[in-house]
Amino acid sequence: MELIMAIAIGVLFAVAVYLMLSKTIFRIILGTIVLSHCVHLLLMTMARLKQGAAPIMGEGKSAFTDPLPQALILTSIVISFGVTAFLFVLAYRAYQTLGTDDMDEMKGEPDDEQ
Amino acid sequence: MSLLHFAVLLPFLYTVFVPLFFKKVPRIHTGWFVLIVPLLLFVYFAAHFPLQSGSTPLFQSFSWIPSLGIRFDLHLDGLSMLFALIITGIGFLVIIYSIYYMSKDREALHNFYIYLLVFMGAMLGIVLSDNLMVLYVFWEATSVSSFLLIAYWYQRKRSRYGAQKAMLITVTGGFAMLLGFLMLGSAAGTFSIREIIGMKEAIVNDSLFIPAMLLVMLGAFTKSAQFPFHIWLPDAMEAPTPISAYLHSATMVKAGVYLIARMTPVFGGHMSWFWIITIVGIVTLFWGAFMAIRQFDLKALLAYSTISQLGLIMSLLGIGSLALHTNYEAQAMLFSGAILAAIFHLFNHSIFKGSLFMVVGILDHETGTRDIRKLGGLLNLMPVSFSLTIIGGLSMAGLPPFSGFLSKEMFFTGVLTAYRHIDQWVILLPIAAWLASVFTFVYCLVFVFKTFTGTYRPERLDKKPHEAPFGMLISPIVLATLVLVIFFFPNLISYSLLEPAMRSILPTLLQPGEVFEVHIQAWHGFNAELIMTIGIVVMGTLLYKTYKKWSDIYYELPRKFDFNHLYDQGLTGAERWSGRITSSYMNGYLHNYLSYIFTFVIVVVGGSFVLQQAFAIDPSTNAIIEWHEYLLAASIAVSAGFVLFVNSRLTSIIGVGAVGYLVSLLFVIFRAPDLALTQLVVETITTALFLLCFYFLPKLKTEIVRVRVKISNLLISIGVGTVFTLIGISAQSTNPFKPISHFFLNSYELSGARNMVNSILVDFRAFDTMLESVVLFTAGIGVYTLIKLRKSRGEKR
Repeated sequence: MELIMAIAIGVLFAVAVYLMLSKTIFRIILGTIVLSHCVHLLLMTMARLKQGAAPIMGEGKSAFTDPLPQALILTSIVISFGVTAFLFVLAYRAYQTLGTDDMDEMKGEPDDEQ
Repeated sequence: MSLLHFAVLLPFLYTVFVPLFFKKVPRIHTGWFVLIVPLLLFVYFAAHFPLQSGSTPLFQSFSWIPSLGIRFDLHLDGLSMLFALIITGIGFLVIIYSIYYMSKDREALHNFYIYLLVFMGAMLGIVLSDNLMVLYVFWEATSVSSFLLIAYWYQRKRSRYGAQKAMLITVTGGFAMLLGFLMLGSAAGTFSIREIIGMKEAIVNDSLFIPAMLLVMLGAFTKSAQFPFHIWLPDAMEAPTPISAYLHSATMVKAGVYLIARMTPVFGGHMSWFWIITIVGIVTLFWGAFMAIRQFDLKALLAYSTISQLGLIMSLLGIGSLALHTNYEAQAMLFSGAILAAIFHLFNHSIFKGSLFMVVGILDHETGTRDIRKLGGLLNLMPVSFSLTIIGGLSMAGLPPFSGFLSKEMFFTGVLTAYRHIDQWVILLPIAAWLASVFTFVYCLVFVFKTFTGTYRPERLDKKPHEAPFGMLISPIVLATLVLVIFFFPNLISYSLLEPAMRSILPTLLQPGEVFEVHIQAWHGFNAELIMTIGIVVMGTLLYKTYKKWSDIYYELPRKFDFNHLYDQGLTGAERWSGRITSSYMNGYLHNYLSYIFTFVIVVVGGSFVLQQAFAIDPSTNAIIEWHEYLLAASIAVSAGFVLFVNSRLTSIIGVGAVGYLVSLLFVIFRAPDLALTQLVVETITTALFLLCFYFLPKLKTEIVRVRVKISNLLISIGVGTVFTLIGISAQSTNPFKPISHFFLNSYELSGARNMVNSILVDFRAFDTMLESVVLFTAGIGVYTLIKLRKSRGEKR
């Protein structure tokens, strides 16, 4: 299972990077979302999969899957959600103000630096 | 802390009071209040004078940063004494002169005197420090204060240019010197100069010995304006004249000379030390003298003359260092004569050059110009200045009855000794020295006679010239008197001042109790040196008379070899090229920056992966895969890839949403119920957010991207994907440590929770959760602010 997951994660990484390299701000945000999925799955896979029951102590189970990465991923999901929401609104505002969604046009003027 | 420490720090401490005097007592020239500092210091140093021969030098210790071996140790021996007396004595005279030179109504005197005091203290620190690091601190303080003083009239473009140039060159050299000091310190294990000298045998074979030597020399050469780093000095002449007199003739430019002299016991005796210093010195001597003749500005002429004379001193120090060479033990005393000549000329030069600068300042002040082409015929109008110029100028030329004659003769003795005892071809040394002296003679004649004799042309002058006020003349008169006194009574200072200095430069040459034979006399028979001097006078007069015929040679010199030109070209070139390089990759496109980052990730992570041969694959412990799990993994990859090819907003939102839901399904399979729940909710909210703004979003267009860019994007993304797949496979195939998660099996006993994930989140690792809520909260505020606060460009609310 880990092997197949590693390959799937690789594909997701490739997709995320390709999306982030595009010109449209909307696609870049989609890329970041996919990228966070990659990372979460990677974290999960690294801790080995299906080593036992869900980490909830119940009647007579002795083997559990590792709870620590789950806790880390849970934190990470929430944070990436917050960042995504912010990014999304930022992109929306940028489009409203500047009238473009093309990153190549959001370059600033050459004399802005002074 | 001792009195000696206080003496070094006094100028720094006194700077606090200078603005008070300037602001509160505007009627009295601030210089009068400052005058007390060099006076006190001079008296203090003179009280130790003369240093008893054979007595131990004054040594005062103060621990500064003991953990780094940096001690603020001060050390007053013969060499330091000589410099300290020059610094404070000429400092005193320069301040008197500046009181009459600088107007108290028009000038920002508090700045002037603060910079000057900082400089004076730093210079004292250099010559008295025993610790290399402390010496470096003071060394840079002189660079900085000199920078401030050159740009004193900061409204002028030339001043700023000169200050910047001096700063760049001297600080570059200072940095090299610091590096050399660090090497020396690591070779010797201490930063104390006395201790380093004591263990010379141990460090001479160290691999860092030669690099340290070269770097220290670089520092000394840049500071002392040696060829080819001399170019900053003529441009530093934009400083007020008292500063030129003090810094750029008597003190700061001699810091490099001091350093070479101070380091002679460490490096001296090594052939490369001798050759480099002697050759650089002779070349500087020649080039400075040669270039001085073509200058029209009197201060520029003096600047080149200073360069040339410093070269002379430098070459003498080089020759003198041979006294420590084992091959020349028999001639050691002869070579040590060169050291005596060096310090004697150093002393003489400080005196006559100081007075000459002051005279130029007087000329500038009284006629309004320093241009040699406008001056002339001032002999009757300014007789005192003329006498002073004659004394200083002819002393510089090396004629009797002025002190310069004595040191010039000793210089010839030095180069002739080198020729007689080293090799036949070293005859070039006396020849170059003689030629340089001829040029020196010529520019001295130019300086004296073009200014004061000839026709008087008042229409070219801005002011009506007349003799300077008495106050302005005091200092140059004192210095000129000294020039004469030293010619007639050279032995006033030879045993009391020069001999102890010699002993600190060549400490190992004498048995305890012995003293150097330093009897200086004006007449020493009819010998080669005297013939050389006569030759100089004849040849120099001839050249001066025929100047018009051969002066074209200066304009034949190709501009390419002008070092100022090279410096300017180098500076603008460096600026242009760094600008070009930066703008070639910092072009403002996010796409490019992301490409760099991802490429870097591939190269570094993938590269080290390959280099470490870290790939490992061990599927034996892997979980068993069932058919629906294959399907799930495949569909997640497909739905992600699908997003790449769609051009509709809605479809791509659905594609990414599908990935999210499939991920939560995977969490279900992987037995992570909390994760599955959260992922489901978050995915729903994200999708809802997308859909909310759906109508405000622009239509997704097909991107028109060049094929080349497309291919590179594809390569980068496939590369990143591959790297992470490989890492994923290898990381879970190797198992160096056991997981710590069995600890969380205690969650019920420790925290009363059956759900381990939740107990980690709110109990074991609750800080994460707290800060994560802060993140969410901040993001919420951010979203709110973005939507609510609207301030369009340039519009104020």
